[in-house]
Amino acid sequence: MAVLERAYKPYVGPLSPQWSRFLIIPRDALRDVFRSKIFTGLFLFSFVWPLVCAILIYLHHNVAALTGLQIPLRDLVSIDATFFRLWIVVPQGYLGFFLAMLVGPSQVSRDLTNNALPLVLSRPFSRTEYVAGKMSIVIILLSAITWAPGLILFLLQSYLEGWSWFSQNIPIASAIFIGSLVWILLLALMTQTISAWVRWRLASRAVLLGVFFIPSIFSVVVNEIFRTQWGYLFDLQALIWNIWSGLFGQFVGQQTVIDTMGAEQIDPLASAPPLWASWLVMFLICAACLGLLSRKVKAYEVVK
Amino acid sequence: MPDTAASIKVSPTTNAEPPVIDLQGLSVTFGGRPILRELNGQLRGRAIGLLGPNGAGKTTLIHTLLGFHAPSAGTASIFGRDIRGDANQIKGLVGYMPERDAFIAKMSCVHFVRYLAELSGLPPAAALERAHEALFFVGLGEARYRNLDTFSLGMKQLAKLAQAIVHGPKLIFLDEPTNGLDPPARTRMIKMIREIRDSGEANIVLSSHLLRDVEECCEEIVILKDGRLVTYCNLEEERRANKKFLMLETRGDLKPFVSAVNELDCEYALTGDHRVKLILQEQTEVRDIYRLAAQTNVQIRRLSYKRDSLEDIFLKAMENGEVSEARP
Repeated sequence: MAVLERAYKPYVGPLSPQWSRFLIIPRDALRDVFRSKIFTGLFLFSFVWPLVCAILIYLHHNVAALTGLQIPLRDLVSIDATFFRLWIVVPQGYLGFFLAMLVGPSQVSRDLTNNALPLVLSRPFSRTEYVAGKMSIVIILLSAITWAPGLILFLLQSYLEGWSWFSQNIPIASAIFIGSLVWILLLALMTQTISAWVRWRLASRAVLLGVFFIPSIFSVVVNEIFRTQWGYLFDLQALIWNIWSGLFGQFVGQQTVIDTMGAEQIDPLASAPPLWASWLVMFLICAACLGLLSRKVKAYEVVK
Repeated sequence: MPDTAASIKVSPTTNAEPPVIDLQGLSVTFGGRPILRELNGQLRGRAIGLLGPNGAGKTTLIHTLLGFHAPSAGTASIFGRDIRGDANQIKGLVGYMPERDAFIAKMSCVHFVRYLAELSGLPPAAALERAHEALFFVGLGEARYRNLDTFSLGMKQLAKLAQAIVHGPKLIFLDEPTNGLDPPARTRMIKMIREIRDSGEANIVLSSHLLRDVEECCEEIVILKDGRLVTYCNLEEERRANKKFLMLETRGDLKPFVSAVNELDCEYALTGDHRVKLILQEQTEVRDIYRLAAQTNVQIRRLSYKRDSLEDIFLKAMENGEVSEARP
């Protein structure tokens, strides 16, 4: 209908594919978050460190530059699994945490506070699509600063080092991708869950910080009391650290000691819980987040 | 209050098309407490009014039809599509204007309406075009770039109506659309609802406490009480039928007048010295009565249609609480 006709007319045109509709949410939200100069600045700052890493990789393969800068090659960090884990995945992951903390907490709470969910869910748009749309805001942003630059650096190193290095180290690429993705999914789920339950943005940011840092203290207390390392299963940072180590093939689980009889025994004080335990706890945390989200993401809550 | 299911054939099913809403023993329970109890009936009107006191289950019925609550027993269908199995299809056919404030903060009005149109499946360009059109239609054309947070209550109601119609639904659920509106704004809202109804492009389900709103907009009404469907009334039929009952206040000799009326096969009753009650036959018009009065030298001082007002029907339903079908 033409604007000036001002009469009710049905829509008879084509419809967008159902699978693509959840992307409307991140498209809109990203436009919104990039209006903030602070956020845009922090987002751009997140690319500085990968750029430094790219320069390091380049210097490794440019003898003339090293000579010019008077840096001996042995003083440069070697480009291997440890480099990609400790120099790229870990720092970018932590930066991602702060970005998620800025973006995530307002996403669901904004809709809940203003009763927008009935408007959204009365359309051919399911709760799953809504949650997927909201999570994809964090997933898209964090992908851009974690595994995407990580894989670009991996390809840069492969290009400079040659095909043989690439074929020998392909597990590093999958570790960068899967490790970052696990971290991103965890952050996306946690931020959306906290956003759904704590509607005040500042409080939800504080809760997110608390969820990541308070269990670290708790885990240390548990370890001290029970003289074990299993307390680290309560610590999200330790969990993701173990998972990253496992993916990069650098996980050291059981530590052994030589007892008075000269036999080798497992040292409970130094041995980390097995890797599967970290994956299991991570899975349980994600499932709990999904459960909590599904309780809140409803058109109307029924008060029983 | 009977414990048996409320079962009303609310409209003749002569039409081959599926009914707008078909309730098939629909029950909803929250925490063990029945909110809707075995609702049955077929609704086919262009504008259906949902009436009932607070807590009668009007909003719960709308929410259940929209798929927000799962039925505990029975089911319902909208345009022949089952609310349990075809929820997504149904949502593509309906628009919903909720009772409470509902918007997305920090969004301009046109952005808000466009966003929701896109979630309904409209491509971005079409969604933007229709958002502008819907906002002009509801009278927010000049304010469409303003932030929703700055809107008055009346403007928010109009924005909610715009988002409900932007994707051109076949059925529009309006939950208390005139809530909090001042008289001019209410009149505008009622006018728009009637325009949508008269366009013939969409059916309307209007839930309201305000009998006048329902009376002005709806052809059919359903009255709920304690989660039961207690009364169905086809207002259109009743209006037509009630026009046949006339109350006359006259001056002059009534004998020749009533005998002339009798010759037209109209029943009459003298209710006072100068008062006559008439039941007109189908072929008889009011002007025939005036003609007879002129011929028999009777002055008609007052002529009124006797009809049950919606208020009468509503109060009767509340008093009886029995399942009934209002008839003229």
